[in-house]
Amino acid sequence: MRNKIPRVPVREQDPLVRAANFEEVSYGYNSQEAMLEASRCLNCKNPLCVPACPVSIRIPDFIREVEEGNFAKAAEIIAQDSSLPSVCGRVCPQESQCEGSCILGIKGEAVAIGKLERFTGDWSRENGVKFTDKAPLNGKKVAIVGSGPAGLACATDLAKIGYDVTIFEVLHEPGGVLQYGIPEFRLPKESVVKTEIENVKALGVKIETNVVVGRTVTIDSLMESEGFSAVFIGSGAGLPKFMNIPGENLNGVVSANEFLTRNNLMRAYDPSYDTPIYVGKRVAVVGGGNVAMDAARSALRLGAEVTIVYRRTEKELPARVEEVHHAKQEGIVFRMLTNPVEILGDEKGWVRGLKCIRMELGEPDDSGRRSPVPVPDSQFDIETDVVIMSLGTSPNPLIASTTKGLETNRWNCLVADENGQTSRKGVFAGGDAVTGAATVILAMGAGRKAAAAIDAYLKEI
Amino acid sequence: MYKILKKRDLNPVITLMEVEAPRMAASAKPGQFLIVRAHEKGERIPLTICDFDSSKGTVTIVTQVVGASSRQICHLNEGDSFTDFVGPLGEPSEFVHMSGEKLSGMRFLFIAGGLGTAPVYPQVKFLHSMGASVDVIIGAKSSSLLIFEEEMKAVCNNLYICTDDGSAGRKGLVTEVMKELLEADGLQKGNQHYKCYDHAVAIGPMIMMKFVTLAAKPFGIPLTVSLNTLMVDGTGMCGACRVTVGGKSRFACVEGPEFDAYQVDFEEAMRRQTMYRSIETEADHNCKIGLH
Ligand SMILES: Cc1cc2nc3c(=O)[nH]c(=O)nc-3n(C[C@H](O)[C@H](O)[C@H](O)COP(=O)(O)OP(=O)(O)OC[C@H]3O[C@@H](n4cnc5c(N)ncnc54)[C@H](O)[C@@H]3O)c2cc1C
Ligand SMILES: Cc1cc2nc3c(=O)[nH]c(=O)nc-3n(C[C@H](O)[C@H](O)[C@H](O)COP(=O)(O)OP(=O)(O)OC[C@H]3O[C@@H](n4cnc5c(N)ncnc54)[C@H](O)[C@@H]3O)c2cc1C
Ligand code: SF4
Ligand code: SF4
Ligand code: FES
Repeated sequence: MRNKIPRVPVREQDPLVRAANFEEVSYGYNSQEAMLEASRCLNCKNPLCVPACPVSIRIPDFIREVEEGNFAKAAEIIAQDSSLPSVCGRVCPQESQCEGSCILGIKGEAVAIGKLERFTGDWSRENGVKFTDKAPLNGKKVAIVGSGPAGLACATDLAKIGYDVTIFEVLHEPGGVLQYGIPEFRLPKESVVKTEIENVKALGVKIETNVVVGRTVTIDSLMESEGFSAVFIGSGAGLPKFMNIPGENLNGVVSANEFLTRNNLMRAYDPSYDTPIYVGKRVAVVGGGNVAMDAARSALRLGAEVTIVYRRTEKELPARVEEVHHAKQEGIVFRMLTNPVEILGDEKGWVRGLKCIRMELGEPDDSGRRSPVPVPDSQFDIETDVVIMSLGTSPNPLIASTTKGLETNRWNCLVADENGQTSRKGVFAGGDAVTGAATVILAMGAGRKAAAAIDAYLKEI
Repeated sequence: MYKILKKRDLNPVITLMEVEAPRMAASAKPGQFLIVRAHEKGERIPLTICDFDSSKGTVTIVTQVVGASSRQICHLNEGDSFTDFVGPLGEPSEFVHMSGEKLSGMRFLFIAGGLGTAPVYPQVKFLHSMGASVDVIIGAKSSSLLIFEEEMKAVCNNLYICTDDGSAGRKGLVTEVMKELLEADGLQKGNQHYKCYDHAVAIGPMIMMKFVTLAAKPFGIPLTVSLNTLMVDGTGMCGACRVTVGGKSRFACVEGPEFDAYQVDFEEAMRRQTMYRSIETEADHNCKIGLH
């Protein structure tokens, strides 16, 4: 009979303290807590959790090892399917993936799979456990565009089976959104992101930063003159959307991407860096996804009073439940059913407020979602110094527009089949570049599938 | 990586550097820019690609000291390296896509203000090599701030210099010289016939480009400007560089930096450039995050 204890809670930094620093919010489990939580898992014969994980980590198997204190063995099991356990354990939307399908969740609380995965990843890092087994080089070169989760996962799998892999990254630090988007307090950059990337490099993967594929080199030049037999495009969906309302180019209006890039990639919160950032006294964040939560909680930590403005209700917030909960604890104000119609400026062209209209949920549309409709004559102003636009992102058209014969759809997403094969022979793609903005683990899953497809393709030719 | 092979101070505030960047040297085109970081904790600073030599694998940049980051760049010496050096970024100048046959019959007028002379140079050089005829007006505060005079002479048909204080060339503004040239354009004077300019390009401080645009408008000559907006990534990811062109918001780093001058909202562009300057002066210098 399994342990019938309630889910082991995870220790967190006090909300009032953490609202003023960039240190990690959640401390994660220690060994005792992890072993105790692991003892709740039923080790199901037909585990529902596994198919709900986009990379099919052998969840009950690794959890059994954790329970018995064989942490290195647990790490080895995870490493077969994921190269970024410390990342995914922290940022996966577990409640709608692995944990969302855990059998224990039907009547009570699901096993804390994410926290156990994080523990395992962190433990192996702290104890220097590495998985660098790889086949000898087979003499074939593969180029990867972008060093986000999709690119890193694809590179890992290909390097393990003997390919000579080079990742080309436009920014000065590898990691994609893990580096420039997700803040330090959710995903520490030095200890977690850098180390997991070092592990990928330890497999022999080369990372060339400061290369804009489409400008510095092209996919065609990589294949024709640099000897790459195949290319994987994992360039993400980094292009920010704006609302196209009056006042959007006032001083003080920034995209969430700009705000987060200044603060994460460029470390604006750290006074020893040269990057400036402007937060003013009051910040309004428009949007309700993970990106909006991250921008809001970063602005709060930089000293602003923060309001989130979202046009639907709390139930529809696309952000992870845990993030919304943390944001509320920290004192962020949520204004639901509210939509900006104009950004108001002062005589010098700086933001002074946000003109909003109240919304109500109307009839369900084709997708079954109740779409918000404006309430007539309900306009009101919110005073603010800064507006952060967090309305979603789409793929950058640069690569498609500079590569012959690469098909895209009308959202600028690259067209690829379930194995990542694009309309161009030898060119594969996956992650946000194909699906539009999604999740870390889906991007990793796509990178792994493409790696298998690239291997099959290169064995054939 | 990105080693500085040559450094030459053009004047007390403007420095030229030849930097090792083989991939960029092989792919750069006139009109494009790059982003550089001087050190591990530095800002990403956009600079125009002022020259490139694919056989040597080098790219030339010219930097003017205006604040902390540009000063750090200018303080590096031969043998030092940049931490990061990425590009080419942005769209090449429109004429890069024209055929040599077409270009050889064309006449261009360039108007360069101060440091703007440096980015004008690769464009003039390119057009000259394609057989186009090019006239260049360079304006500067005084003779000591003039740069690229000799280099420019070698690649253009006529060079007109003007300075605010009259210490070199004629005393006056580039707009005055430009007006005179455009007024004389197409006229028959004695037995000399002035051909019409097909296109004008102005590069310099935002305020100078604004006045050139106003002055050129009545002549109906097509005019291109290169916008030095604030930038972070330079790849379309942040929107810091957005400018209103033809009533629409555009990203200067990927859709520009060159735009049709008559469509640009210069007032907004100038205001947006000051976004971080105001906090840096308002707040104490050691307080960068705008907390008061
Ligand atoms: C603020 C924020 C918070 C998020 N929070 C979560 C979360 O909690 N949980 C979750 O699962 N997901 C979250 N996501 C989504 C998740 O991060 C992405 O779905 C995931 O990173 C996509 O991975 P990717 O590899 O496809 O692309 P990216 O991570 O975007 O990486 C693409 C890389 O390609 C590079 N690149 C682009 N163009 C070029 C080019 N032309 N040449 C060279 N390099 C290029 C980019 O610089 C970038 O490094 C969040 C996203 C953001 C922005
Ligand atoms: C496409 C492009 C090409 C450029 N080419 C050159 C070049 O060839 N040589 C050169 O010296 N400069 C060039 N610039 C301008 C250069 O990037 C700025 O001078 C530099 O970023 C200023 O940084 P700073 O820290 O020294 O000054 P700061 O202390 O940041 O600012 C000083 C002043 O410069 C303005 N400024 C700050 N950042 C920028 C920026 N990114 N762009 C424009 N103005 C800014 C500020 O508003 C302020 O007025 C170019 C800019 C762009 C966008
Ligand atoms: S990778 Fe994500 S979905 Fe898969 S088991 Fe880990 S936390 Fe769950
Ligand atoms: S479904 Fe839940 S209980 Fe069953 S194996 Fe997965 S984690 Fe364990
Ligand atoms: S500089 Fe970031 S989008 Fe142009």
